[in-house]
Amino acid sequence: MKAEKHEVVAQLRKQMLDLQGFKPTATDDVLKFELGAIEACFPNSIFPIGTIHEFLSEKSEDTAASEGFIAGLLAKMMQNGSSCLWISRNRKLFPPSMQAFGVDPQQVIFIDLHYEKEILWTMEEALKCEGLACVIAELPDIDFAQSRRLQLATEKSRVTGILLRKDPKRSLSATACTVRWQVKPLPTALNEGLPGVGNPRWGVNLLKVKNGHTGNFLIEWAEDHFESFEQQEEYSVPLTKQLG
Amino acid sequence: MKRYLALWFPNLLTDWLATKKPELKDQVYVFTLPEGGRIKITAVSRAAEKQGIYADSILADAKAIVPNILCFDDEANLSKKLLIRLAKWAIRYSPIVGIDLPDGILLDSSGCSHLWGGEEKYLQTILSKLNESGYHCRGALSDTVGTSWAIARFGKKMSIVPFNEQYTALLSLSPAAIRLEEQTIQRLHKLGLDKIGKFIQMPRSVLRRRFGEAMLLKLAQAIGTEEELITPIVIVPPFTERLYCLEPIRTKSAIEIAIHKLLEALCKRLASEGMGIRLAEIKGYRLDGRLTEIKIGTNQSTHKVPHLAKLFELKIDQIEPALGIELFILTATKTEPVLVHQEKLWNGKPGLADQNLVQLLDRLAGKIGQQAIRRYIPQAHYWPERALRKAISLEEKTDIIWQKANPRPMEMLNRPEPVQVTAPIPDYPPMNFRYKDELHIVSKADGPERIAREWWMEPGEHRDYYILEDDKGHRYWIFRSGHYNEGKSNWYLHGFFA
Repeated sequence: MKAEKHEVVAQLRKQMLDLQGFKPTATDDVLKFELGAIEACFPNSIFPIGTIHEFLSEKSEDTAASEGFIAGLLAKMMQNGSSCLWISRNRKLFPPSMQAFGVDPQQVIFIDLHYEKEILWTMEEALKCEGLACVIAELPDIDFAQSRRLQLATEKSRVTGILLRKDPKRSLSATACTVRWQVKPLPTALNEGLPGVGNPRWGVNLLKVKNGHTGNFLIEWAEDHFESFEQQEEYSVPLTKQLG
Repeated sequence: MKRYLALWFPNLLTDWLATKKPELKDQVYVFTLPEGGRIKITAVSRAAEKQGIYADSILADAKAIVPNILCFDDEANLSKKLLIRLAKWAIRYSPIVGIDLPDGILLDSSGCSHLWGGEEKYLQTILSKLNESGYHCRGALSDTVGTSWAIARFGKKMSIVPFNEQYTALLSLSPAAIRLEEQTIQRLHKLGLDKIGKFIQMPRSVLRRRFGEAMLLKLAQAIGTEEELITPIVIVPPFTERLYCLEPIRTKSAIEIAIHKLLEALCKRLASEGMGIRLAEIKGYRLDGRLTEIKIGTNQSTHKVPHLAKLFELKIDQIEPALGIELFILTATKTEPVLVHQEKLWNGKPGLADQNLVQLLDRLAGKIGQQAIRRYIPQAHYWPERALRKAISLEEKTDIIWQKANPRPMEMLNRPEPVQVTAPIPDYPPMNFRYKDELHIVSKADGPERIAREWWMEPGEHRDYYILEDDKGHRYWIFRSGHYNEGKSNWYLHGFFA
């Protein structure tokens, strides 16, 4: 009886998505990101590729955490041997660090530019290129029309676009991104009594999911995959900063 | 069948000056050069010629004829410079153009004249264009360089010598017409041989004994029994295409069409020879005599028209058509054999060799420059700044593997930033540190990882790196430069961990 109820709910959800104009991707080539509870927030519980994701970060510490999380996602997207483009201005990303997250830095092409206009042009042009797994651009601000252009480009080519917005100044409400993330570093944990720093742990905050729902999650990069974890000690970090 | 066109500028220098100073038109003026204590005339204007002043005479004599004669200083190589400029302009009429010092240029017009509707119109077009720009000029077309040269300078009426008639054309001309030395010409005149026809049928052995081998060679070259080649000022590269426009082109869409047409023709040739373009340029010859050009480069040799056209289209904005472009020349300045890729039946493994990616990078390089595009490969150095280097190409691989034993920060500062640190015991991680006026209390730490400086590359202290986590969960990469020195150690922040 209960199983039937689940099925009915799942069926109804799908119908709702159809009515909302959401077009699901072909189910046979679904990439498994193993994000655990996070994936349940996405439409049909599938991590949306071929769209624009936005990552917000305020400080360098947050940026590093976001980049680590992105690298973890890239590892999954690039596991078929494809490459990705990392477009930035004043890049600080240290390529060798990416291999800790399963990405071969040699497969990543970095494009270092000076002007936002160039970054936008390059990103749009790159998003039209079907051979790529992902295009990441470090861009603090973007307006709705520009993000719409990028979104249209990704929809055609099915290349995932990631905007890494360091210290965004403008209002955040008006962009055409599908998912908006905020990743913050959290204290690591090692077995009782062991000294040192453990695996990276992040508080992942989904601020916006098109056709899905938002939420806060705790996740750890466990050597080669994502793993959810429970906060043990009484510890509260303000995950959400009210923006926009 | 070869056809050569010789152009002669009898008043090259003075005409050039008149184009720069229009008030000199129809004036009596000369170019002079001091020579052995006297001033010698090197070039004369048309009006001066009519007064009976000739080149190579002395200025004092000329002043006797025209007292208020205008003089200008000649410059060494001035006429050569002018001729080269004119020859470059004339490339629009033939790919092979050479200069003929001191006062002419030569064109290999074989297979060119029909584009202008026949030799007569071809010659007329060139002469009228030159006249319009202010140069007095005569031209002649024939099967040999020698005959064209002779007719241009000494011919009476006929400027186009029909095919294979150079022999008859030469008969009535003076011996000077076949470019002989002054001494030989004088001797011929002394012997009464004042027309080429008078000695052209003499036995060769007789002529050789009296006038030398050089004269026979010049004669044979004029008649065509001996070959003579033009030394082109611009060497024609093997892969070029030319496109003449009926009307001068100005609009962007017209330029695009021209580029497509040129690329289609060139790529067809390249494809048949299995070659591809690495570097290419398009030159536009403008109506005002100037040149405008754009260049492209590719990461992999290719002869795909749509891709190359896209690369050129990104740069069309750099073309300045001004009044219009009348000739386009596409040149493949660097070509390489094309790697033939198997057409894929199904989507294969994408990666760095993916054709879409290669083409994308070409387009990006065209717009933002090759130097902005980077790929990194590992280097055998522990020193963090030297752990990686830029790859030369997309294909470059190395046997060195990334150093993996110790974690590296996600974000690394280009220049380590100093921090204030409280460290209790030597070689123990700090208790807290102050970075940008914010105090971070260290809750977890890893380290130290000592990285020695490569003394054979640069002098300086070693670094002891610590991975620190503060009470908020932020992770940092901090190092102490050199050994522990109570209260005096220099600490730096070098990066942020994920």
